[in-house]
Amino acid sequence: MNHLNEERLVLHYYGEENGVPGAAAHLESCGVCREAYASLERVLDAADGFSAPQPAEDFGSRIWERIAPRLPARRAFVAAPVWRWAAAAGVLLAALLAGQFYPKQQPVRTVAVADPQAGERLLRLAVGDYLERSQMVLAEVANANPHRPLDISFEQERAADLVAESRLYRQTALRTGDAAVAGLLDDLDRVMLDITHSPARLTPAELERLRDRLDSEGILFKIRVLGANVRAEQAAAARASGAERKS
Amino acid sequence: MSGARATPRSDRRRFLLTAGETGSLTNSRMENDRAFVAKARSGDTDAFRALVERHSRVLFRLAFRMTGNAEDAEDVVQESFLRAYRQLDKFDERASFGTWMYRIAANCSLDLVRLRKRRNQAPVVAEGPDESVPELPSLAPSPERIALSGEVRERLAAAMNELSETERVAFVLRHFEGLRLEEIGEVLECQPGAAKHSVFRAVQKLRRALEPIVSPVR
Repeated sequence: MNHLNEERLVLHYYGEENGVPGAAAHLESCGVCREAYASLERVLDAADGFSAPQPAEDFGSRIWERIAPRLPARRAFVAAPVWRWAAAAGVLLAALLAGQFYPKQQPVRTVAVADPQAGERLLRLAVGDYLERSQMVLAEVANANPHRPLDISFEQERAADLVAESRLYRQTALRTGDAAVAGLLDDLDRVMLDITHSPARLTPAELERLRDRLDSEGILFKIRVLGANVRAEQAAAARASGAERKS
Repeated sequence: MSGARATPRSDRRRFLLTAGETGSLTNSRMENDRAFVAKARSGDTDAFRALVERHSRVLFRLAFRMTGNAEDAEDVVQESFLRAYRQLDKFDERASFGTWMYRIAANCSLDLVRLRKRRNQAPVVAEGPDESVPELPSLAPSPERIALSGEVRERLAAAMNELSETERVAFVLRHFEGLRLEEIGEVLECQPGAAKHSVFRAVQKLRRALEPIVSPVR
């Protein structure tokens, strides 16, 4: 038997015996290979020292505390009653007003909202705008030429901005129990994060994976449905407001 | 031969995948995992919490070796469970939840390493004081050996950082986690032959970095 080359010694070290039949017997009888193997073994045994620190016993609980608020709702895609949005709008408007009128260093106080319907419209407007901008980012990916690499650096910047601002909307939706919006915002968050974390230039394979994900989760479809609902409600509210002014 | 084994290093399978899985304890653990997964799928977050608490520590160790620092490893564990929760419906109940999580975590680590590379950020070298110091076999911890082991640690960390992302993942999965080449290929989405070459290239690089200081002649 010829001497074992380095690759075969490595395979033997890791017990990949199928790749190196007879290696053990050869090592018993060949001093040259045995010495080479000993050298390899010293290095790889030393690599064992690249150990990981032991996480604390409560590490799992800590992880849970961090991810629990971010878990998407595992519910059907059903819109919530409007009254929930009214209550949510009050909270959101209060938060927006507090942010507007109080310096950042001061503790944020909530303020009463005189008109919950105005707050609701504001929230719907914000969510509608958010969905529209999300759709534009995803449409770039969904409609790109699947056979060519795609530069998504611009979309990555927009995706990062969207992730940064979605939190407030999502929290409000969760607070009001609107699983559809909360779930969609959460889905969007993950997709946007994936886009942000992807290479700036997607290969056709990477692009295909991303598109498959969009397809399988029906995210664009959900955006279109919810976005259409939001726009219809905005239009209805505007019509009602116009009629009120005329009267 | 000086200290060399003619027999191969035992194929130490990490317990997460198969080691001990024939034992009744592990079978019972897998059954429990399946029950928790079923409940979590129907929206029982407490069941998912149990899964998180069961598997987080193992995933952290994997992620740490992949990413090279504790902060990134923690992020990887979090992201892995978030991805898993979203994909629970795709999980094949006949499979091991641990195995499934393992693959998700490996891919999350890979994503993070790629991201960092794109931003030209070198991973932070393992900061653990003594935990990362390699123990040289069959040598008493004399001051000289302690100094040497520190040097080995530094060179090892530097050499690990020099590996390409694929080499690093392949090496970690093979050396520390005991995955077979076929399994590494599944994680890396490549053929076993390509996985083998990645492991081999990683070993060559580590050898170049470490051999001068672990040689008995020194």
